[in-house]
Amino acid sequence: MSDDSKKTDEKAEDSASTDVVATKTEKPVTTDGDGHAEGVAPEKSYLTASRGVMSWLVTVDHKRIGLMYLVATMFFFLVAGLLAIALRTELFTGQQDFMSAATYNKVFTLHGAIMVFLFIIPSVPAGIGNFVLPLMLGAKDVAFPKLNLLSFYVYCIAAVMLILTLVLGSLDTGWTFYTPYSKSTGTAVIMATMGAFVAGFSSILTGVNFVVTTHKMRAPGMTWNRMPLMIWALYATALIQIMATPVLAITLFLLVIERTLSVGIFDPAMGGDPALYQHFFWFYSHPAVYIMILPGFGIISELITVHSRKHIFGYRAIAISSVAIAVISFFVWGHHLFVSGQSELAGIVFSFLTFAVAVPTAIKVFSWVATLYGGSIRYTTPMWYAIVFLWTFTIGGLTGVYLGTLSVNVHLHDTYFVVAHFHYVMVGGTVVAFLGGLYHWWPKMFGRMYNETAGKISALLVFIGFNTTFLTQFFLGHQGMPRRYYAYLPEYEVMHQVSTVGAWILACGLFLVLFTLIHAIKSGERATANPWAAVSLEWRTASPPIEHNFHATPQVTGSPYDFPEIDKSGKH
Amino acid sequence: MSSNAQEHEDRPWFLAHHFDTVGQQMSSAKLGMWLFACTEVLMFSGLFLAYFILRDLYPEMVLVASEELNKTAGGVNTVVLLTSSFTMALGVRAAQTNNNKALKRNLLVTIACAFIFMIVKYFEYTTKIEHGLLPGAWFSALEHGYMLPKYSRVFYGIYFTMTGLHGVHVIVGIGVLSWIYIRARRHEFNSENYVAVENAGIYWHIVDLVWIFLFPLLYLVK
Repeated sequence: MSDDSKKTDEKAEDSASTDVVATKTEKPVTTDGDGHAEGVAPEKSYLTASRGVMSWLVTVDHKRIGLMYLVATMFFFLVAGLLAIALRTELFTGQQDFMSAATYNKVFTLHGAIMVFLFIIPSVPAGIGNFVLPLMLGAKDVAFPKLNLLSFYVYCIAAVMLILTLVLGSLDTGWTFYTPYSKSTGTAVIMATMGAFVAGFSSILTGVNFVVTTHKMRAPGMTWNRMPLMIWALYATALIQIMATPVLAITLFLLVIERTLSVGIFDPAMGGDPALYQHFFWFYSHPAVYIMILPGFGIISELITVHSRKHIFGYRAIAISSVAIAVISFFVWGHHLFVSGQSELAGIVFSFLTFAVAVPTAIKVFSWVATLYGGSIRYTTPMWYAIVFLWTFTIGGLTGVYLGTLSVNVHLHDTYFVVAHFHYVMVGGTVVAFLGGLYHWWPKMFGRMYNETAGKISALLVFIGFNTTFLTQFFLGHQGMPRRYYAYLPEYEVMHQVSTVGAWILACGLFLVLFTLIHAIKSGERATANPWAAVSLEWRTASPPIEHNFHATPQVTGSPYDFPEIDKSGKH
Repeated sequence: MSSNAQEHEDRPWFLAHHFDTVGQQMSSAKLGMWLFACTEVLMFSGLFLAYFILRDLYPEMVLVASEELNKTAGGVNTVVLLTSSFTMALGVRAAQTNNNKALKRNLLVTIACAFIFMIVKYFEYTTKIEHGLLPGAWFSALEHGYMLPKYSRVFYGIYFTMTGLHGVHVIVGIGVLSWIYIRARRHEFNSENYVAVENAGIYWHIVDLVWIFLFPLLYLVK
C-alpha cells in the first residue's frame, strides 16, 4: 500500500554498518559481500552479549529462547527416535525378540507421545519460528517476551511429566489415549495426559505471542502482502494453536476427571459415550497435525524461492492457502471415526470435507514446483531437503486422500497404511522441512557455515532411509498388516525386514545431520550476514544477529522475494 | 526495560524495550488478552458440549436431577457476579480517568464479591457432599433417601466439573485482581498506562459470562 510514506534517505548516517538497509527507496538490495564489515560496528551478538548459564535461563530474548527450544526438541527427537529404532528392530522378525507385548505397547506409546507433544508440535514454531519470526518481521522481539520464556518452562514441566510416566508404570494406550481403555488400564494415564495438557499451555502461549507479534510488530512498510511466507505459515499455525488446543485441554481434563472421579461422561457402563472422547480428541488433534505440517510448508516456501533465485510463484495463493488449511482443518475430524459408529451420512460429509483439504495443499505443491521451473536452482543442502520434501510430502498427501475416502478407509483402517501415511506427512514432510530449515538458518543462528558435502549426503541418506522404511509399509498395510502389533505372520517378514533396514539408514542420516550441525558451530567457516543472498529481513542483520536484532528499524519497500538479479521487465 | 529508558528520556518507564510506542504496547496487550479470552471460551465450550450431549441422551434425568440444585444460592451468586462485573468496569473507567482512589475502591468491592461467590459456593458444595449428590463413583444420594433417575450421577459429574472449573477461575481472578490492587496502591496506573487493569477486567468479565450460561443451564432446566 502506501509504503513510500516514510522518507528514509535522510537516515543514511549509519550506512557503514552491515545491517541497515533502511536507505533504499526502490527495492531492497541485499548486503551480500559486506558481511565481513562487522568489525566496523563491533556490537556483540546475542550469543555473546551476556555470559553464564543464568543469562540463558532467565533470558527474554526470542533468539535464545528459540535455541533453548531447539536443543530441547532435538533432544526429545533423539529419545523418541531411539525408541523407534528399538521398535523397528523388534519387528525384524515375526516372533518376540527382546520386547514383550506389553513392553512393545509402552514403547510405541512413548514414541508417539514424545514425538508429537515434545518434538513435532514445538520444533518448528517454537524452535525455528521463535528465532526467525521477529527477525523476519523486523521487530526487536516477540510481543510478550516474558510469556515466551514462560512457555519454554511450561514445556519443560510437560516434558518432565511425560518422562515421569516411565517411573510410574509407563503408558500403553497409544498417544491418542482412547477411552474406554485409557480409563481401565493400570498404566500412568493421568500423569501422561496431564503432561500433554501442560504442553498444550506452552503451545497456546507461543500461538498468542505469534499472532499478536504478527499483527502489531511488523516493520514500517511491511504490509500483509509483503510478509515472508514463513510468517504466513506460522501465523496460520498460531491460529490453530489458539483455537484447537483449549479443546484438547478440556478433553484431557475430562479424561483425568473420568479416571479419578469416575464421572461417567466417556464410560458406557455409567451412561456415557466413549465415541464422544474420540470426537473431542480429534477436534483438537486433527487441526494439530496441521500445527505440525503448516510451519514446514512455510520453511519450504522460503527454501525453494531463495535457493532457486526466483520470485515465489503464486505468493498470495500460498499465503491464503495456509489460512484456508487452518480453517478447513476444523471440519474434518470425523474422518478418524469412520469405523467408530458415527452415522453413515456424517461419514460421507466428513469424507468430502477431507478432500477439500487437498485443494489448498495441492495449490502449495504446484506453486513450489512452478517456482522451481525456470529458476536458477542452486543445489545447496537446504535445496536438497526441499526437493526431498516435494517427493515425500506429495506421496504422504496423496495417500491421505486414499484414507479420506470412506470405502477405502474401511479396508485400510488401523493398518500399516495409516502408519506409513502419517510418517510420510510428519517425517517426510515436517521433519525434512525442519532439517532443511535448520541448514538454511544455521548460518544466521550461529554465524557458521556447515560442510555442504556432508549436508547433501545426510539429505540423501534421509531420503533413501525414509522411503525404504515407509514405502514398504504402504504395501504391508494394504496386505492387511495391522498396526501396533509386536509380532506378525511369516508372510510379512521380508517387508518388515526391508523397513527395519531402512530405519537404520534413516538413523544414520539423522546422526550425520547432528554431526554436521555441531561440527559447523565448532569449526565451520564464518558465515557472512547473508550467505544465500536472500532478501527477507532476517538476512539484513549480522550473523549471528545482535541482541536487539537491528541497529535501526528496517524499512520494507517490496516483496521479500524480489531477488536483485531478477529481471523485472518481464512478468516476474 | 530500564536500560533503554535511560537512553531515551522520552520513553515512559512502563514502555518495554521492544515496543516503539505506548499505543503499540497497549494494543498488543489487548489483542493478546482477547486471544486468551478466546481460548477460555473454547475450553468451556467443550464442557458445554458435553452437557448438551448428556441432556440430549437423558433429558428426563437432567430435569429431575437438576431440581436438587439450590436455585436461591445460584441466583444470589449470579447477582453477586454481575455486581462485581459492574464494579470492575467502573474500576477500569477510574484508571482511565486517573482516579486512583476510585480504582482501588472498585477493585476491593470486586474482590469482595468474588469472595462472597466462593463462600456461597462452599455452602452449596458442602450440602451436596453431605447428601451424597456427588459425581460418578461417589454418588450415594439414593442411600440418603433421594428418588433420582438412573444416570443422575453423570449429571452431578458434569455439575461439579463445570462449576468446579469455573470456581478455579474465580480463585485465579481473586489473585489477579489482588495483584492489580497492589499495583494500584503503588500508583502504577494512569490514563496512559491502564491496560493491565483493562485486561484483568476482560478476564473477570469472561468468568462472569461463563457463569451467566452455567446458571440457567444447570439450575433452571425446564
